[in-house]
Amino acid sequence: MTQPLDLQSVTARYGTTKVLEDLSLAVGAGELVSLLGASGCGKTTTLRLIAGFLAPTSGAIRLGGRDLTRLPAYRRNIGLVFQNYALFPHLSVRGNVGFGLKQRGVPTAERERRVRAMLDRVGLGEYADRLPAALSGGQRQRVALARALVIEPPLLMFDEPLSNLDAKLRVDMRVEIRQLQRSNGTTSVYVTHDQEEAFSISDRVAIMHAGRVMQFDRPETLYRRPANVFVARFVGFENIVPMRVTAREGASIQAEVAGIALALTEEAMGPVPDRFLLGARPEGLLATPVAATGIPATIGIRTYLGRAYQYRCDTPAGPLVANGPLSQPLDPGTQAWLVPVPDQCCVLSPERTP
Amino acid sequence: MTPRLNPAVVAVAVLVYLFLVGPLVIILGASLSDTTYLTFPPQGLSLRWFENIFEISAFRRTIVTSFQVAFLATMLALVIGVPAAYALSRYRVQLPPWLGTLFVLPIIVPEIVFGFALLKSVAAGAGAPIFVALLAGHTVLVLPYVVRVIGASLSSFDFSIEEAAVSLGSPPMKTFFTIVLPNVRAGVIAAFILAFITSLNDVSVSLFLTGPGISTLPIQILAHVEQFFDPTVASVSVLLMVLTVGFMAIVERTLGLTFLAK
Ligand SMILES: Nc1ncnc2c1ncn2[C@@H]1O[C@H](COP(=O)(O)OP(=O)(O)OP(=O)(O)O)[C@@H](O)[C@H]1O
Ligand SMILES: [Mg+2]
Repeated sequence: MTQPLDLQSVTARYGTTKVLEDLSLAVGAGELVSLLGASGCGKTTTLRLIAGFLAPTSGAIRLGGRDLTRLPAYRRNIGLVFQNYALFPHLSVRGNVGFGLKQRGVPTAERERRVRAMLDRVGLGEYADRLPAALSGGQRQRVALARALVIEPPLLMFDEPLSNLDAKLRVDMRVEIRQLQRSNGTTSVYVTHDQEEAFSISDRVAIMHAGRVMQFDRPETLYRRPANVFVARFVGFENIVPMRVTAREGASIQAEVAGIALALTEEAMGPVPDRFLLGARPEGLLATPVAATGIPATIGIRTYLGRAYQYRCDTPAGPLVANGPLSQPLDPGTQAWLVPVPDQCCVLSPERTP
Repeated sequence: MTPRLNPAVVAVAVLVYLFLVGPLVIILGASLSDTTYLTFPPQGLSLRWFENIFEISAFRRTIVTSFQVAFLATMLALVIGVPAAYALSRYRVQLPPWLGTLFVLPIIVPEIVFGFALLKSVAAGAGAPIFVALLAGHTVLVLPYVVRVIGASLSSFDFSIEEAAVSLGSPPMKTFFTIVLPNVRAGVIAAFILAFITSLNDVSVSLFLTGPGISTLPIQILAHVEQFFDPTVASVSVLLMVLTVGFMAIVERTLGLTFLAK
């Protein structure tokens, strides 16, 4: 039942505006892949393309080796969970969940049985006769989920399914979705603009920007080894500093920015080319008042994060954001040094800058 | 805390009600009068003017014609107007904006001009039977109301619901009938009643499209008052009101929605 999904250099437009450009994405059988990106980057458009509500101007969409590109939407057999749930307002919960089975000509008795089983599975057994208007947001979400799951599709797609729920329910539901998806082993595409949600639920995440996939990798890789400046900024490397290697000795490296020498090590950051961009999270630059091998800085605004202080600083390498320990608050206007913490830093090639 | 009523507001409200209900009371009273001329308050009580309606064959015929035309024109307008309204809302972004205006033209253009134009083009030009011309005229007359009312109803319809049905395997045409229509039912009923009453009460379009042997009730009423001043017209008006209300009640009951309260 589980099948791989393959988008092959798909381009899509609305009228004359290009929304997706040469987008390729290979989702393995049984894998859950998230599309992650800012509003308007083309996530929903990608889903609509796969679902068949929009035709690509070029490229192909394949599911389990079958070419879907020309197949009408109603014959694609894809389970879709909409952002606003899109339940049928005039049908009961039972009617909503049974709709897909009815279209498939499943006999009434079997349909009833499968709907029951599915409703029990999502914990809505007692609500079968309610209309959607008489359900809470979380319950509607479950109905939408049940409606998509009950047809046992080879591909499930979710368009920001949790964005209308409160924070606590959101975390519970995403675990539930992950469990249901795992136990069925259904290939899934999940759209969200919440990074934590995407990283926690997915096998792999495609980070999208302006209709392109910027990087498609496991969450761990994205988080530690972004492939370009866009992804680096997206996953929280707020400081991007251009650097030049001045000396190498084994894995130890001397690098220089604006005349300031820094000691780095390839062990923690991966291979370093001669010219590179150093990406550092705020926690990857340790602010310290004692003179050290770091970037000299003047402390600007200090904010309290609970686990640390965060400082906006002025440095010869430009404005940077650094963190410092709670035990050692630094006052605005004082002199400090920002020391890179290698395992909170990443190395980016300058030529990959978009 | 009860808000204090402004006497001026109360006075205006009472006046409005008087203007709305007054004529109805007068017509009802006049229709029951035993006199041979229109008068109010009625002098003596009798149903003879109601009987008179049915003795005059022109009334019998035009009542039937009026209801036939109103019903058929409404149905035709629904058959054309529902898909049109659907397309206008569904593809609003892609369609040129003037297309929606096209369907309101019959309301904007003075009906007399329009009716006359239709008389020329349909009846005389193509040599169509009078009933067909009348039906065509009324269909065009009520079409804008259908498109507008159903369009308003569709504007709050979430089309992702339609896509949900399609993604679950329901072909687009079937989806329209099983998912879209049931959710705009209130709008369809409202459009039906509005169109029906508009057609039933129409004078100006009918004036140009009726002909020998075929006429509508409002035209017949006009013709009657030109010759007679008896209370028959009042009785016909009351009868028309009763029939209309009765008809609306049936439509409401069978389709089971209280759209008027919304
Ligand atoms: N029907 C349409 N006609 C024209 N342009 C559209 C249409 N739908 C979307 N767009 C444009 O296509 C781009 C991508 O839209 P899309 O809905 O895929 O974004 P998204 O990534 O899902 O955003 P969000 O997170 O806000 O849902 C946007 O710039 C949007 O303005
Ligand atoms: Mg979207």
